[in-house]
Amino acid sequence: MKVAVIVFPGSNCDRDMHHVLKDVFHLESQLVWHTDALPKNIDAIVLPGGFSYGDRLRAGVIAAHSPVIKDVKKMAEKGMPVLGVCNGFQILVESGLLPGALLKNTSLNFMCKWTEIIVKNNKTPFTNKLKLDQRIPIAIANGEGRYYADEKTLALLQKNNQIVFTYGEQVNGASLGIAGISNKAGNVVGMMPHPERSAEQIINPKNAKPASLIFESLLNTLGVTA
Amino acid sequence: MSLTPQESKYLESKIGRKPNPLELQIVAAEWSEHCSYKSSKKHLRILPKEGKRVISGLGYDSGVLDVGDGYVVTVHIESHNHPSAVEPYGGAATGVGGVIRDILSAGTRPIAILDGLRFGNIEKDNHAMWLFKNAVRGIADYGNCLGIPTIGGEIEFDKCFTNYALVDVASIGFGKKENLIQNKAEKGDWVVLIGGSTGRDGIGGSQFASDKLEAENRSAVQIPDPFIEKLVIEVILEARNQKCIKAMKDLGGGGLSCAISETADALGVGIELDLSLVHKREQNMSPSELMVSESQERMLVITDTKKLVALKKICEKFRVPYSVIGTVKEDKLMKVKLDKNTIANLPSQIVANAPLLDRPSSVPKYLKNITNIKKPKTPQDLSKTLLRMLSNPNIASKQWVYTQYDHEVGIRTVVKPGSDGSVLRLDNGKFLAAKIDGNSKHCYVNPRDGVMGCFDEACRNVICTGATPIGMVDHLQFGNPEDPEIFWTFKESVQAITDYAKYFKIPCVGGKVSLYNETDGGPIKPTPLIGVLGLIEKKPLVSQKIQNNDLVIIVGTTKDELGGSEYYEYIHDLVGGKCPTVDMKLSKKIQDAVLDLIQSGMVQVAHDCSKGGLGIAVSKLCITNDIGCTISLEKIPSEKLHADELLFSESHSRFLLVIKPADEKKALALLEKRGIPHARAGKFSGKDIVFQEKTSAIVRVRVDKAQEKWLNSLGALVTHG
Repeated sequence: MKVAVIVFPGSNCDRDMHHVLKDVFHLESQLVWHTDALPKNIDAIVLPGGFSYGDRLRAGVIAAHSPVIKDVKKMAEKGMPVLGVCNGFQILVESGLLPGALLKNTSLNFMCKWTEIIVKNNKTPFTNKLKLDQRIPIAIANGEGRYYADEKTLALLQKNNQIVFTYGEQVNGASLGIAGISNKAGNVVGMMPHPERSAEQIINPKNAKPASLIFESLLNTLGVTA
Repeated sequence: MSLTPQESKYLESKIGRKPNPLELQIVAAEWSEHCSYKSSKKHLRILPKEGKRVISGLGYDSGVLDVGDGYVVTVHIESHNHPSAVEPYGGAATGVGGVIRDILSAGTRPIAILDGLRFGNIEKDNHAMWLFKNAVRGIADYGNCLGIPTIGGEIEFDKCFTNYALVDVASIGFGKKENLIQNKAEKGDWVVLIGGSTGRDGIGGSQFASDKLEAENRSAVQIPDPFIEKLVIEVILEARNQKCIKAMKDLGGGGLSCAISETADALGVGIELDLSLVHKREQNMSPSELMVSESQERMLVITDTKKLVALKKICEKFRVPYSVIGTVKEDKLMKVKLDKNTIANLPSQIVANAPLLDRPSSVPKYLKNITNIKKPKTPQDLSKTLLRMLSNPNIASKQWVYTQYDHEVGIRTVVKPGSDGSVLRLDNGKFLAAKIDGNSKHCYVNPRDGVMGCFDEACRNVICTGATPIGMVDHLQFGNPEDPEIFWTFKESVQAITDYAKYFKIPCVGGKVSLYNETDGGPIKPTPLIGVLGLIEKKPLVSQKIQNNDLVIIVGTTKDELGGSEYYEYIHDLVGGKCPTVDMKLSKKIQDAVLDLIQSGMVQVAHDCSKGGLGIAVSKLCITNDIGCTISLEKIPSEKLHADELLFSESHSRFLLVIKPADEKKALALLEKRGIPHARAGKFSGKDIVFQEKTSAIVRVRVDKAQEKWLNSLGALVTHG
């Protein structure tokens, strides 16, 4: 099973994601430069975190216009699992694959810390091995991580069960405490926290098992038996 | 921006003619204190640089240590003090950028940053607060964007840094030994400038940094662009993988002048370059501006004809600008051309090696009576004193700072910032611990004992993670070296570092000297900084949550050594007294014993006892574990001391070890057998931090109150002033 990890100029969690997919969960992971065509026969796509284009103009907005995003959109429409983490989430939002926007944290500072998120939808390709309301100890690291959407959009997100994760504590002032959402179909998921930083016990100061279930969900979706 | 009369004469005698104005500029940049180390070089020769893990001799800008299994770790430290004092955001950011490129130059990927920051008294001085806030933001914006975790550091506030800032950045790299750049070049090879364009920023920055800070020289400050730096890192590492790099150097202080002359000199070749080929961001730049501009994010790479096409392709993939600016010659000259015309032609060996100086030194007068002080009266309510100490910006938690730094990216950070030493996992299954320590207050009271203490403290910090120290870097920061009294403090520091490094067999693998750190208000206190790397073969000690009835053992003796302590200076506004000293023989025994106890698996938490003394060290354990503790002061191995001295003395070579009651006998027996002063000092339980003499409590503070002070004071001070 093959996963493409898209690398934009300024991505900096690409190698971390690649390591976790390949070495921890034994998926065939391939780093794909943003001007290259998506490889054939891929089964899932990940947009990793970082500072694509140095966060110029607005986080994720330039990368959202990369050639590769057109292909990502096509695959997303076909139902392929797509995960955007941190800057990847910002790119998904800026490219219109997910609704809403990501604003500066209420602290106005970059925030790197460990927190907990709560699973609100366990039907997505990245959460199907998790229990509803299960708490996941996870690392966050962002300056523009405050999810924002207007009332109408928020109501739709709730109605369509598109809220995938919420924070377990007040972290950055996000609307409805949202940490991650999906598209209506559920196959495209964006999240600000970093599952790839949280799925190995040696670097997770709490419990790495819940975060590892995000990747095991993907394995499950792709029909890989552990 | 010129040479002294003696230097001019020396230069003329060496080249046999008068230099032209451009040549003079080039030499002045390279012969600045900042680039040439002309005051310090002779004295630095005594530092021990050899060790079984040290890989040297390839002319790197960073130290290289073999960590086994075909892997190496690189390390370097630099400061960006003058620029940060003028423009803290850009100064601090480009300070990060510069040291990162030194790591890159060896052909290793930068995997961590540590920073040491120093400012004036932020409780009273708004300008110091402004410098502090913006330096932190500069480091955060730059390091975070690069995706290199800032894993640790230290911060100190002291009046001597008023209107000034010390911004020190250390970086660690990691890579395969076989990928190290060999730094060789032959006639006909190409000299390629890769990265940011050259502009009029940082003009004469190295000379600016080689004088006391008088006027705000903004044009000497460099402009940061972390996005370009990130791309340059990826270009260089890909070029390294494709074997496109024969030799490499980063462009830092002195810009092209230094990079070209030092590269040619180190490789024993000549370099001919054409300034019209340099990619620029501004029009009509003069040759001398081009030669001394310190525009950032630039690397000088030497490649051969066979690999030049591949190198260009890599740059184009990442859309990183480059220019092929010259070629390698046999003649050992640095020849600068503008189109067809030769505008400078100098022997690179002469340019790269300034005539060294013998500065006079003499014992500072202020030291004469500094130990002679009247001891302060013991405060009535030591509980209140402890709470005040916990909210002291020098002691309070620095989480307001390090939560702004991405310290997790790269997924190597096993022990996170806020602990004693930080720990990274390496690809060969081993772990690397790192810490930097400085203490201007101790070093002022006694330059020799002070810096030896910093070295000991940095070692203790990495030992607390279960690591064995394998190498060190130093950063020697002082005022004007032309002042014999200041130069004496410099020499004392070098001697102390040498003594300690030799005794503990820890090689000095790199360092930096920063002089002329002074303003109109006078020089800074001597502020040498020591960085220590430690290696853990098997498993790091990750602090376990302290449980009810766990015991605390104190190792080492508490002495009447409060000179330069936070207690004297913050509580009593008293500068002076006897500074803590290190008994190297005993310290080595203690360090070995603590490592053995950690490696035996008995230790739940190991904590260094330093700034703020025993009172603060115990409180921190209680605060971070949300549990109370009762310590019996009469059990503490010590000289005859008052309660306040016992609580706040900053004597070195002390550790607190948390162990399970079941391991008490075994642990104490080991310490007893090795003749190490120690005691079972107390037990964790309840909700109060208690220090008692016999049975009466001298200090009783609720853990939640202590938490509030220690965790929030710095953040509250920054947010609300």
